[in-house]
Amino acid sequence: MSKPRRRRAFDWSAAVIATLAITSAAIVFIRDGQARFLAILFDDVGLFGTMLPKVLAGCLIGAFVTLLLPRETIARWVGAESGLAGILLATVAGAIMPGGPFTIYPLAGALLAAGADAGAACAFVIAWTLIGYTRAIVWELPFFGLDFVTWRIIFCLPLPVLAGLAARVIWKFMHRKAGAA
Amino acid sequence: MNLIIDIALWSIVLALGAALILRSNSLFIDSLRLAWREFLMLLPRIAIGMVGSGFIAELLPSKLIPAWLGADTGTAGLALATVLGALTPGGPVVGFSIAAAALKSGAGAPQIIAYTIAWALFALPRMLAFEIPAMPARVVWLRAAVSLPLPFIAAWAAMIVGKP
Repeated sequence: MSKPRRRRAFDWSAAVIATLAITSAAIVFIRDGQARFLAILFDDVGLFGTMLPKVLAGCLIGAFVTLLLPRETIARWVGAESGLAGILLATVAGAIMPGGPFTIYPLAGALLAAGADAGAACAFVIAWTLIGYTRAIVWELPFFGLDFVTWRIIFCLPLPVLAGLAARVIWKFMHRKAGAA
Repeated sequence: MNLIIDIALWSIVLALGAALILRSNSLFIDSLRLAWREFLMLLPRIAIGMVGSGFIAELLPSKLIPAWLGADTGTAGLALATVLGALTPGGPVVGFSIAAAALKSGAGAPQIIAYTIAWALFALPRMLAFEIPAMPARVVWLRAAVSLPLPFIAAWAAMIVGKP
């Protein structure tokens, strides 16, 4: 498995949002005047300040879990099981596994290589995307607040399992067709 | 509520940290370094995104957003939100900044849930850059196909429950 590429603090996606933010700030300043500009600025900076301890906690939890729960352990959990249990395990693994796209997709590839089926791999990726808590704490909470994010995650809880089961059915169907042809 | 979540989060931090120290001191130091690097990398993005979303919200067409994505646009609004989410480029902050701005300008919560879920599941640059190289392409397309109904299911659940 390749070592994750070193990320820079400022890449193209940060540049896109920075350009958008600075342009918007300038337009607000020109259109609505200094008072409105400063009101928005202080509002958002205050919010940012209250979020910092959460972001730091999210980073620490992510780093601790990465070292306490090596990816080989996760691969063993999901690779060994199958049936509904395999998909449920894959969902839990995706939800608790910290890391970004640099680590999650290679891990899903490793799960497939280790014998997990396509349904489990899909459930794993979707669970990480939709209910991964470190992602939610670090990225989503600062923007939406606790109430919104909690409900959003509750509504998403069953989705990886549903999608994983659907993926398994479609995968089997595709292979039966390929086998018959 | 804000304090409670802080206390809960930092209790988890302390518990996991203690578990790691018991296992190995050097591993613990390594993980602190890892976390600090991650934190420093996140700071500028989150700062720009959060401060920026306030200004972007101020400029979003405040009459169009409630009309197209408001709480009473129903499933048509969800479909539009899902398409917009899938079209928004990847990167961790872009989608959340825009969604938070739209929410401030009068978009409905279910529509914003559909938007962020679609953005998280389908952002094509991320699929092409990270997912396809790491997994068999057929599994990636299967993953995307079975993900199609998910923004709708979550948003419908939000509509039925009437939260957030």
